[in-house]
Amino acid sequence: MGELGLFFGLLGAAVAVLFAGAGSALGVGIAGRAAAGVVTEDPNKFAQVLILQLLPGTQGIYGLLVGFITLSKIGLLGGNLASINLNTGLMILAACLPIGIVGLISGKSQGECSAASIGIVAKKPDQFGKAMLFPAMVETYAILALLISILAVSNIPV
Amino acid sequence: MAVVEMQKISISAHRSNRKAILETLQKLEVIQVVEADLDETGLRHKNTADARATFEKNADLADQALAILDKYVPEKQGMLSGLAGKELIDDASFDKVVESQQDCMAVARKIVRNEKEISECSGNILKNENQKESLVPWMNLDVPMSFTGTDKTAAFIGSVQGVCDEAQVYALIKEKTEGIEELSVTVLSSESDMTNIFVLCLKEAREKVESALRSLGFAKPPQAVLGVPKKVAEDLDRDTEKQKTEIERLKKGIEEYAGSREDLRVVSDYYRTRAEKYRLLGTIPQTRKAFFIEGWVPAESAEAVAKLLTEKYGAVVDYEEKKEGETEPTLLRNNKFSRNYEPVLASYGLPQHGKVDPTTIMSFFYMFFFGMMLSDAGYGLLMVIGCGIALLKFPRMAQGMRKMLTMFFWCGVSTVFWGIMFGGFFGDVIDVVAKTFFGYTGDKIVKPLWFDPLTSPMRLLIWCMLFGIIHLFFGLGIKGYQYLKDGDIVGFVSDIIAWYAFLIGLILMLLPTDLFANIAQMQFNFPPFVAPLAKGLAIGGMVVILLMSGRANKNWGLRIALGAYDIYGVTGWLSDALSYSRLLALGLATGVIASVINTMAAMVGEGKGIIGLIIFFIIFIIGSVLNFAINLLGAYVHTNRLQYVEFFGKFYDGGGEPFEPFETKTKYIEFNKEA
Repeated sequence: MGELGLFFGLLGAAVAVLFAGAGSALGVGIAGRAAAGVVTEDPNKFAQVLILQLLPGTQGIYGLLVGFITLSKIGLLGGNLASINLNTGLMILAACLPIGIVGLISGKSQGECSAASIGIVAKKPDQFGKAMLFPAMVETYAILALLISILAVSNIPV
Repeated sequence: MAVVEMQKISISAHRSNRKAILETLQKLEVIQVVEADLDETGLRHKNTADARATFEKNADLADQALAILDKYVPEKQGMLSGLAGKELIDDASFDKVVESQQDCMAVARKIVRNEKEISECSGNILKNENQKESLVPWMNLDVPMSFTGTDKTAAFIGSVQGVCDEAQVYALIKEKTEGIEELSVTVLSSESDMTNIFVLCLKEAREKVESALRSLGFAKPPQAVLGVPKKVAEDLDRDTEKQKTEIERLKKGIEEYAGSREDLRVVSDYYRTRAEKYRLLGTIPQTRKAFFIEGWVPAESAEAVAKLLTEKYGAVVDYEEKKEGETEPTLLRNNKFSRNYEPVLASYGLPQHGKVDPTTIMSFFYMFFFGMMLSDAGYGLLMVIGCGIALLKFPRMAQGMRKMLTMFFWCGVSTVFWGIMFGGFFGDVIDVVAKTFFGYTGDKIVKPLWFDPLTSPMRLLIWCMLFGIIHLFFGLGIKGYQYLKDGDIVGFVSDIIAWYAFLIGLILMLLPTDLFANIAQMQFNFPPFVAPLAKGLAIGGMVVILLMSGRANKNWGLRIALGAYDIYGVTGWLSDALSYSRLLALGLATGVIASVINTMAAMVGEGKGIIGLIIFFIIFIIGSVLNFAINLLGAYVHTNRLQYVEFFGKFYDGGGEPFEPFETKTKYIEFNKEA
């Protein structure tokens, strides 16, 4: 049973990295298409739209963060595996779910929001500050999920 | 922290002084001219559109010439030369260039003309190449392409479909033209699916041969070249050479003018400035003898401006009252540190007149929160050094750039501070290197001065909320200050004091509870008088809010309902405070990812000695740059968000128009004001 526990712990890390990363990939992709369109019209806006494109990229990093904390928690990185029973393994999996799922969904919608903000920059480059704020609103929820995932993972006794 | 007071003035003066006064005002850069409404006044505008267009065209021409010069004679420029700022120029050398403006424009015109000729030549070369390309299949022909035969013979030059040799073509034609013996076929060349041939026959047989050829899919060459292909090709080559030397000559001609670059820049800015002057001139009302300007001037310089214009040019300057529905433009003035944060405020919206300018308070919180989010002494050091060097090396960089770099310089200082507090220096690189490569086994070398957020995240979370609440209370305080400034004591008590009491009461009630003790692992034991005090504060505050919040309404039912709705706003405070948890999350993200990078680098480099150390540093540098960049972006975006949404949400609504004085509009040069 010990190995099954480890498996679920690892699955938790995988869920965090997988879904949050996929969300960011979708989001950055969506924003990137809009950004490319703006740059064809006005190459000078490259720096501004690049920043907006990168905004949905953070979910993937949050996923990586939780994944890494999980891996070091189950001792997969140091080389000496912790003995994890099935219960603990499932708990770790549950702890990783928030950032995984919220990361996926918020990453995608933040990307859509970024694409719309890139539209603002295309028409009114001086409103960059405001344009940046809309995608940052979406990110709040990824941060909340990250917080719960980190707190949960680091407080599960192993 | 202040919005500069503005005074509206009106200037009327004799037209003979118009040029001098406008130029003085343009140099002073203190007045934002208000466009006058001319209905029923009998005054008129001068039509300056033509003059302005001419100046703008000249400025464009000079710009074009400069762009061409940059293309052919690139200036040696460092990577950071964009930061260097505009060139400084004193009045004397400016005037000298302006005197020779006609020569400068002639130079510009020549440069542009040369460029145009160069592109024509390049076009010709391309055309020649294309033509030569199409001649290649006919190179073996030694009669002109237009050759149709002699007195006795008829010739056909063209291509038939399919690849075949002379004998085959000969046989195919022979088959359809029985009885004709005199026939000569030469294959000139063959391409993938056609053969180019030259056929000669007697004139009598011409029609028969032609119809035979047609059945083979014979077609004449598509382009109409007349001469002998070889000769034509030689001519084309010769022409190409000629064009090339011509291009060289033209290029040299452009290069000769490289020395005029400076003058062209000055002239371009001169025309730009004059265009701006004529734009203004077109908006001010005038009569045959006089003209009038109305505009906003910072109150403190109003007197000086009035004195100067009155004494020197005999103008009449009056102080005007603000009209109904008119708003003063906003100009901010802050101390040396805080003014670097003005662009952050401006991108949300400038304060209106009579409102508080929150820049000073915001600047300190901005620096504080930014540092907490990035929270790595190594990254902070990079920012401090990078921005510091740029600021020292380019003392005259553009205003906006200087402000931004100074802002990031101070944010870097704060990042170093928080990095030391939390024990982060490029993550945990010193410990990792010591352990992996130098066999160090003792305690952690880099210890946090305060505590390590990764081992006690709850503790930091509580601190983040505390910082957040302080930030928010400051926001509420500014709103209170605004009420006091407007003399609204009732508003101050019922909207500010009541909320302070309500919130502080609630917090004091929450702190000693088991719920909080569980979350924070902290036990608060207040002296016994605190509990009733907290209850009193909370209830007192709540009652005042309930009764007073809707005080604008006479209907008591509605008033109470609005008050109740306002109390519900306490959930907004809760979510605002929770929002500061991003300080923790982003701070952790920087540290943990940095240590992921270090661990990965150590795994690869471990046990390989010196080479391992080198590999380690390569991975470390690439990873750190990425992590630095993404977290810098994150810290910037989310610090802005905390200011804009949580902080400004409590009191600020922007809506001011920026002060845009009538000024010298330059692109390349800056006037040396001391000279």
